[in-house]
Amino acid sequence: MTKKASWNLPYFIFLMIFVALPLVLILIYALQDGQGHFTLSTITRFFSDGDSLATFALSLEIAIETTILCILIGYPAAWILAGRSFNKSAVTAALFILPMWVNALMRTLATAELFNMLGIGLGKGTLLCGMVYDYLPFMIYPIYVSLSKMDKSYADVAEDLGATPFQVFFKVTLPLSKPAIWSGILMVFMPTVSTFAISEFLTNNKIKLFGTIIQENINSSMWNYGAALSLLMLVIICLTKVLSEDEKVAV
Amino acid sequence: MKKLLCKTYLAILLLLLYAPIIFIGVFSFTESKVLGNWTGFSTELYENLFFEAGSGNGLLRAIENTFIIALAAAFASTILGTVAAMGLKNLKGYKRRAMQFMNNIPMINPDIITGVSLFLLFLFLHVTQGYVSVILAHITFCTPYVVLSVMPQLIQMEPNTYEVALDLGARPSQALWKVVIPQLKGGMISGFILAFTMSLDDFAVTFFTRGTIGLETLSTYIYADARKGGLTPELRPLMTLIFLVVLILLLVRNIRINRNTTKAKA
Amino acid sequence: MAQDIIIDIRNVSKHFDGKVILEDINLQIRKGEFVTFLGPSGCGKTTLLKIIGGFKEPDQGSIYLNGKDLTGVPPYERPLNTVFQRYALFPHLDVYENIAFGLKLKNVPDKEIDKRVRKMLKLVSLTDYEQRDVDSLSGGQQQRVAIARALANSPQVLLLDEPLSALDRKMRLDMQIELKEMHDKLGITFIYVTHDQEEALTLSDRIIVINEGRIQQTGTPADIYNEPCNSFVANFIGDSNILNGTMIRDRKVNFIGHDFDCIDEGFGENTPVDVVVRPEDIYIMNRNDSCQFNGVVRSCTFKGVHYEMFVDTEEGYEMQIQDYNAFEPGTEVGMLIKPQDIQVMKKDCVCNSFDAEVLDENHVTFLGGRFECKIPREFKAGDTVCASVAFDKVGLMDYADEGELVGRVRFPLYKGDHYHLEIVTAGEALIYADTQEVYDNRDLVAISIAPKDIKISAKK
Repeated sequence: MTKKASWNLPYFIFLMIFVALPLVLILIYALQDGQGHFTLSTITRFFSDGDSLATFALSLEIAIETTILCILIGYPAAWILAGRSFNKSAVTAALFILPMWVNALMRTLATAELFNMLGIGLGKGTLLCGMVYDYLPFMIYPIYVSLSKMDKSYADVAEDLGATPFQVFFKVTLPLSKPAIWSGILMVFMPTVSTFAISEFLTNNKIKLFGTIIQENINSSMWNYGAALSLLMLVIICLTKVLSEDEKVAV
Repeated sequence: MKKLLCKTYLAILLLLLYAPIIFIGVFSFTESKVLGNWTGFSTELYENLFFEAGSGNGLLRAIENTFIIALAAAFASTILGTVAAMGLKNLKGYKRRAMQFMNNIPMINPDIITGVSLFLLFLFLHVTQGYVSVILAHITFCTPYVVLSVMPQLIQMEPNTYEVALDLGARPSQALWKVVIPQLKGGMISGFILAFTMSLDDFAVTFFTRGTIGLETLSTYIYADARKGGLTPELRPLMTLIFLVVLILLLVRNIRINRNTTKAKA
Repeated sequence: MAQDIIIDIRNVSKHFDGKVILEDINLQIRKGEFVTFLGPSGCGKTTLLKIIGGFKEPDQGSIYLNGKDLTGVPPYERPLNTVFQRYALFPHLDVYENIAFGLKLKNVPDKEIDKRVRKMLKLVSLTDYEQRDVDSLSGGQQQRVAIARALANSPQVLLLDEPLSALDRKMRLDMQIELKEMHDKLGITFIYVTHDQEEALTLSDRIIVINEGRIQQTGTPADIYNEPCNSFVANFIGDSNILNGTMIRDRKVNFIGHDFDCIDEGFGENTPVDVVVRPEDIYIMNRNDSCQFNGVVRSCTFKGVHYEMFVDTEEGYEMQIQDYNAFEPGTEVGMLIKPQDIQVMKKDCVCNSFDAEVLDENHVTFLGGRFECKIPREFKAGDTVCASVAFDKVGLMDYADEGELVGRVRFPLYKGDHYHLEIVTAGEALIYADTQEVYDNRDLVAISIAPKDIKISAKK
């Protein structure tokens, strides 16, 4: 059996090289100037640049709005799909998840083209719509799984104890599905806050998001500034993750 | 009444979700270069896709690259992930938590972070970016999913399986091939499929790690194409076909699961 | 004699994480014997079996098979086969392929395999089950396939690791009979591991009672049951009344406040001993002159064949008694024990004694705790001394901050009027305590000792 434990070695080395080291490299590049000297100028440059800050704020705003819209639209859908009256819903549920398996760029392009054909001008509105459209399945899926696995006797007990259907939902079902909502939030917020290509398609390059700036910097060989921006993104991601873990534990 | 309301809600949502796909599907059967302009039914775009591939074979080449990369990445990460899962199962305490934490990072990290960090890695190690770097990058974000698909079957496996095989006279290698691997096959296959589709779908990581040798996958091709302004018409039939394949695969799988559960109940 | 020995276990020890799993095990197993390792979970019996099977290596000592050292021989080269607790049938193979697995690896000709598999299926009464999916079999059937699979390789010794523990009671009893028949038919050696004393008594030619990594007693089922060599064996096997007693002289023992004739000799005079009396060996009757002691029935329960009664004696002891006649609770009864039914055992230890270090004029430290006590003048700070504490002076508290030491209860033993506990401290040291309170195995307790109850003496 001791032999089997050494089976960890290849993957451990792989993880070290391809996961740990690259993240460390982001930090190193972020804190260097072009000549390889230590500097904090990359960070200060971001915080003194009004345009970058505005883009950053806009990215956060769009991501939060998209996430909230996904919850508001997705939760009822997941609830209906998992409901008792809808027990043949496995295939219907699959239909909701199906778009997840189609290349996101393709779907986004198709959406943008559809907006074009309908004569809707590309801008913030279409960006939000497109993002919700792209990421809605990621919100519906975890909530659907959680609700359909949820022991129905909780609701029965609550009802038995005198709760109205509304009370059952708000006092029992919703709190019990909170971890799933947080999974959904992670799955929607993380990619939307970091997106780059999708926003370009949906706004015809009118609106720049934070991901786009990272990409532009990296592509124009401004690696250090690109790394600094990535570091910032990483901080946001870690904060979101820690926050969601706390919330999940609190349930 | 309530039921009707629910059904209507779902129907509207589905319609909205599928509208762009249906829209593309419908207009894949017309020749018009501009979307939304119906110039009569034609299968020319399909023919172009397969026989000429409109824009100088670039599209076909991208499709080919996509599949080669996805196959290589899925194959490698299935092996790596299975070995890792077997090792992980025997780890305890902080070592196990540390490995699981590391395994989770590529799944949580947004694509752009994975892409940028791996770009910096290849830059740092002076690895020429191209096929190899893209495949390595894809293995990085695919393997965690393989580990997660193989793990449940490893845990389900009777704890003494390997010992029983040894006890009955199998050498360690025979025990592995004749007893352990066959029992993990299901998890390995679903891990492979998951890795394959993740790799097919990837855009951001490929975009950052493909270097400057002009390597195009389907995603980067579409991206470049869209930036040039508008969809290459041949992409319409391609999208439709991909969507149909996915749809059929998923439906078949669902129906099979349904049939199995009803069989199990009976 | 030596010719007869198939497995010889010599000085086998195994440690894990600083804990003793097995300590200097020596055991010889004869050809064709049905030997059972019996002990509570965690006693080391399964580890010993795995060492024999080759799945674990001992830290010290070796296993010899037919006089040949097996050290370093991997499991797949040992002519032994194991039936595991969870059967671990290969789910991707059907019943036939499972049984044929070992033979196929040895490249036995197909015809031979076929003959052998069918013979095995017949042996375990599963003829016609060849093509069945193993998942579709019941627990009992799966167990039979696992046995057939292990036997198909014609092992010289069959190792069975609690093979029946996952079955329900009825099935277990049936399988016990079948296993016994199989053993008689095949004539090979069976080594069986179980924590179920009933199973061990039913099946075995010889029982090895193991506790805390050590062999406690070896003997035939009748020996072990009738003449347990210490209070652990007495308590673990069958129901028993275990009591503190004093050996007054040869053939005379005092317990529960009375003198009894017995047949034991050689303990010396006025020696503290443990006395075991089986509940079925106490005669209960209406009071008359032939009774040795009297009491009042507290409870009486019908147990299918006999009645089980708990009687409070006039001296304040509780006796467990089994009899075919029932006496209603509240009945005044008399009791009698025959000399040959009294089993007298040497006590391991009559008083806690620890190596201690003097801290100052009224403190010592032992087992990692700091205790207040009166130190005789001849000792000064830094001296190593012996601290003794009587069993009944060890105070047990429920909360960790109430005592100087924390420990876990192990093996609580009822002794008629009090419980005798072994307490394992965090540092793996043992403290014995007598208490009126009821504690369960593994309960966490804090230990505090009054200053006057710690006796300090020179270290021997």
